[in-house]
Amino acid sequence: MSKVQARMGPAAMPTPATQPASARSRPIVSPPAIAAAVLLVLALLLPVVMPWIKTPVIIAACFGIAALGVSILIRAGQMSFGHAMFSCAAGYAVAFAARRWPWLDSTVLIALGTLVGAVSGLVIGAFVVRYRAIFFGMLNLALSMVLFAVLGKFFTLTGGTDGMRLARSTFFGMDLERAGFETALLVSVVALALGLGLLVRRYLNSVAGQALSAIKTNETRLEFLGISAYRVMLTGYVLSAALCGLSGAVFAITQGLVTPEMGYWIRSGEIVFISILGGVGHPVGAFLGAAIFEFVKVFAGAYMIGASHLVLGVVLIAMVFFAPRGISGLLTGARKGGQP
Amino acid sequence: MNIDIFMLAIMDGVSYASLLFLVALGMTLVFGVMRILNMAHGSLYAFGGYAAASIGLYMAAAGLPPAWSLAVLVLAAILVGTLLGAAMEMSLLRRIYDKEPMLQLLVTFAAFMIFEDLQRMIFGVQPYSYPAIVDYLGVVDVIGITYTRYQLFVLPGAAIVIFIALRSFLKYSRMGKQIVAVAHHREVSMAMGIDVKRICLFTFIVGSILGALGGALALPTTSWVPGSGAEMIVLSFAVVATAGLGQVEGALVAAILIGLARSFAVYLLPEIEVLVPYLIMVLVLLFKPEGLFSVAQARRV
Repeated sequence: MSKVQARMGPAAMPTPATQPASARSRPIVSPPAIAAAVLLVLALLLPVVMPWIKTPVIIAACFGIAALGVSILIRAGQMSFGHAMFSCAAGYAVAFAARRWPWLDSTVLIALGTLVGAVSGLVIGAFVVRYRAIFFGMLNLALSMVLFAVLGKFFTLTGGTDGMRLARSTFFGMDLERAGFETALLVSVVALALGLGLLVRRYLNSVAGQALSAIKTNETRLEFLGISAYRVMLTGYVLSAALCGLSGAVFAITQGLVTPEMGYWIRSGEIVFISILGGVGHPVGAFLGAAIFEFVKVFAGAYMIGASHLVLGVVLIAMVFFAPRGISGLLTGARKGGQP
Repeated sequence: MNIDIFMLAIMDGVSYASLLFLVALGMTLVFGVMRILNMAHGSLYAFGGYAAASIGLYMAAAGLPPAWSLAVLVLAAILVGTLLGAAMEMSLLRRIYDKEPMLQLLVTFAAFMIFEDLQRMIFGVQPYSYPAIVDYLGVVDVIGITYTRYQLFVLPGAAIVIFIALRSFLKYSRMGKQIVAVAHHREVSMAMGIDVKRICLFTFIVGSILGALGGALALPTTSWVPGSGAEMIVLSFAVVATAGLGQVEGALVAAILIGLARSFAVYLLPEIEVLVPYLIMVLVLLFKPEGLFSVAQARRV
């Protein structure tokens, strides 16, 4: 931990100094932006010092992207306990495609996974989006359990619970060996995380995004404004499913293996956990949550074998009671609704 | 399909539906009174089975005749339901009654994650089985089909007895009437002098015992492995949602519907067997979002 903080220091130091210079009313360098910058620097520099941490960072970024998707829906007051199904569906799509057409580039596979996530999100969303609260959460859970059961059952096609292996494909046309492939994957997934974070921030500030938060506060009023709550929710749902699909595709390519576990309810729960831990007020929250989650898993996992979900559950309950706005909520802090 | 398979499917379906009904009844009762969907309900089912197996195997080693093992199952369920239910209500649920539904769901989900790890720590991952009562009661011939007496008589019998007992309890006893009042309107019943806190605790314990009882009674015919809790949550939710949240009578019909549909699928279309309960739920929700037996009211689902 001390090493991590030591690295954090120089990256974070200059920024607070510049803050008083910018106008108080509209700070250019807000605490979440600093957090995002620190995360970026850490994600790109830590693997230089400790090469073994490359995979955990990629996986944390994947979890962050999935949590970013789920947090879009949490902004609308709806919590999905089954979104890992989109990661899982995308992962299997990637595995099938890579097996059928081995010459496909990794970038094409990732795009394919995202597309599969979005399309299945559209199909499932068209049904699920009509429900709220308990029904929304439970229907998502039920559908994800169906996918899990089906993947495990069709052994000849999906390899059952053993899953499917996929060989390493080219990356932007380059035939890379393992280390180089992981570096390329790391850089692109971090870039994707940044780009998607900005995109989601933009979306949340747009009319569609604001309407999404209005579903939480007062859906009837939203309808009276002439905005279709169904369409608003469906847009949010497809976007969140696409993000989960992207995350699942990158995850599958990183691991070289897809299993039904990718869509198990525990995975969905972990994604929800990350969103709540990081907070849904600002997109950086998803990645903060994912970084902490992965850090705890990698560094503290040895001390709590078999108790990891117990710890997750306890932290989750503590968050609900003491910090419902998550870490990013603490960052934006006293300025109530500080971020535009 | 010949008559044998038809009869077999019906008997399978009814015995399966009985278990499903017990678990779903606990879930729907808790929801009806507290407006909280307990996602940890499946854990109570799993714990019920594990506790019954542990106690039963211990007692069997101590020389308990198999005739008594049914009592062991019931006692284990009461023990688990009371302990876990009371602990959960007092430490968690009591604090979230005034929170938004999403957070309530999240808290019970967190409880589910905690229970799932606790269960692995306490009982390990090896399968448990305790078929003493099934062997003891033996089999019976029903028009040419041999079927266990336990599944044919005990399970449906237990479901019917509990259904009638619960209905008359809610209708005629003082406590039952108070529970119905709280389910109707929390604040008003509080103003009428009902101890809502006590009612909630009691209801939650009863609901938990029902969940644990479902597990304990399911144990003799299956082998108990980790993960059975998660499956039961979604299954009993499928029953509860098909019936309409909070509907006790509806849960009985929905459980039979889903139980029969599933057992027929096992014999006719084994590929889609796991899908059947959800297909029914999705179909019902598409056309009647509030469930089959809900009375129309301003409720958002």
